[in-house]
Amino acid sequence: MFEKTLSELAQDLRNGTVSSVELTQAFIDRINRCDSEYNSFITTTPELALQQAKAADESLAAGTAGPFTGLPIAHKDLFCTEGVKTSCGSKMLDNFESPYDATVVAKFKSAGAVMLGKTNMDEFAMGSTNESSFYGACKNPWDISRVPGGSSGGSAAAVAARLTPAATGSDTGGSIRQPAAFCGITGIKPTYGRVSRYGMVAYASSLDQGGPMARSAEDCALMLNVMAGQDSMDSTSSAQPTEDYTASLNNSLQGLKIGVPKEFMSADLDSAMAAQIETAIKQLESLGATIKEVSLPNTRMSIPAYYIIAPAEASSNLSRFDGVRYGYRCENPQDLEDLYKRTRGEGFGSEVKRRIMVGTYALCAGYYDAYYNKAQQIRRLIQQDFMRIFEEVDVIVGPTTPSPAFTIGEKVNDPVAMYMEDIFTLSLNLAGLPGMSVPCGQVNGLPVGLQLIGNYFDEARLLNVAHQYQQNTEWHTLSPVTA
Amino acid sequence: MSIDRSDVERIAHLARLELNEQDIPAYTENLSSILNLIDEMQQIDTDGVEPLAHPLDAVQRLRADEVTELNQRDKLQAVAPAVEEGLFLVPKVIE
Repeated sequence: MFEKTLSELAQDLRNGTVSSVELTQAFIDRINRCDSEYNSFITTTPELALQQAKAADESLAAGTAGPFTGLPIAHKDLFCTEGVKTSCGSKMLDNFESPYDATVVAKFKSAGAVMLGKTNMDEFAMGSTNESSFYGACKNPWDISRVPGGSSGGSAAAVAARLTPAATGSDTGGSIRQPAAFCGITGIKPTYGRVSRYGMVAYASSLDQGGPMARSAEDCALMLNVMAGQDSMDSTSSAQPTEDYTASLNNSLQGLKIGVPKEFMSADLDSAMAAQIETAIKQLESLGATIKEVSLPNTRMSIPAYYIIAPAEASSNLSRFDGVRYGYRCENPQDLEDLYKRTRGEGFGSEVKRRIMVGTYALCAGYYDAYYNKAQQIRRLIQQDFMRIFEEVDVIVGPTTPSPAFTIGEKVNDPVAMYMEDIFTLSLNLAGLPGMSVPCGQVNGLPVGLQLIGNYFDEARLLNVAHQYQQNTEWHTLSPVTA
Repeated sequence: MSIDRSDVERIAHLARLELNEQDIPAYTENLSSILNLIDEMQQIDTDGVEPLAHPLDAVQRLRADEVTELNQRDKLQAVAPAVEEGLFLVPKVIE
């Protein structure tokens, strides 16, 4: 049961081979038995899950069930869940029970999904390792001395360890794709605005995007069918019509034009991983695609541009945490300034403070043109590079990360070394493009992720390419655990 | 570009963050190396390039000027640290 995909479990529920209550209870038991090893959940919600499962079984029996009815999932702990703790991995929100549901959460509820709990993450989604969580580091199920990646590390680890068939994540600079790569699962960051950000605790509002993390492209398509769409509560959500993302999964790749950026297959990339990525590209070629070398000359510049724009937006977004309306408040404040300073000094961890300070500095009077405006100009150049390539190719393919999962503690005191790890993922967020990570090999027993990048709103094509690749390879079926 | 201790103290004040005395040297070092990384941007010629604020160059959507919010004051204030008669409590601001 734990090895089955969402699509297989949906079939079992429909056939009556298993009930949603049985399925849900089995995953709850497995989380209780195994998660002390991974620390992938911050909160579990067994009572709520069983209630939802019972309602799902009734709807299955009555013949009113939809494609997602009765399927268990977990939510990254930055999606607000009414009456359930939403911590964002921070002491600041340790006591916060949201008074409302995020749109993504509400959509899964009305689709009949069962919520198993809320997953661990880097504090306020700021990190690539999950080590900045107030609730402690989450471990990579392939090797518990290694990081699962971040910031959606808990979601990735929980899916890889078969503690949930799927989970939601969010991606501001790679936070769905990088942990998916490190944990050997499949994840997609949709086009900016494809999925509503309402009720998703904000980090960098012009970059943040929620998306699915699961064990196959087909499962990601099922989830995106639930998640995608315009929302009156998020004015940046797109009016572009959604589609049935499962409809084109079986299309042939004959004639597909794939671009491989030479800057991605460079000295930055681990050589053993490069060989795996090249093999994957050859496999796509054997499925009918044609391959062409392309160039993204400003790839390296995505790092400084991102590390200005994201902290600048974060410094503004996180000013809401002031100890007045919700969340942590320091003891015995002497005056208003003391209330603000100690609440924020005590409530935020060190990476969050670093990014707030970088953003504050960049937005200081006199520095705006040199930093924020310059970064937004580089952002335009990066977008133009992509648009030029998409005149010639349908999809861009390369590695998701420069190396496999590193060890816990390895980069924790060197933020710049940590930021360099994001080199292949940041440019998509800056341009707002959709991207996926798909398992495509292993190096020393650790998963390798293949990144697929599409044009705006081309999620269906990305999922189609990933699905066809997975129909012809086994990497996505490998498991780090015996279930 | 490197910054010193007084810069860090000034930025922390602007951001209303209290830092532990013993953590300030590490923040100074980290922020300096981050700002050095960021300064790599200056190598790129961006003269005449239009800044990109939104990936799809979308503008703010307008809606009819109608009240759509429900009054949920009690529910929303239930998660506040200190409330009295529907008001958020803060330390005395006006002498």
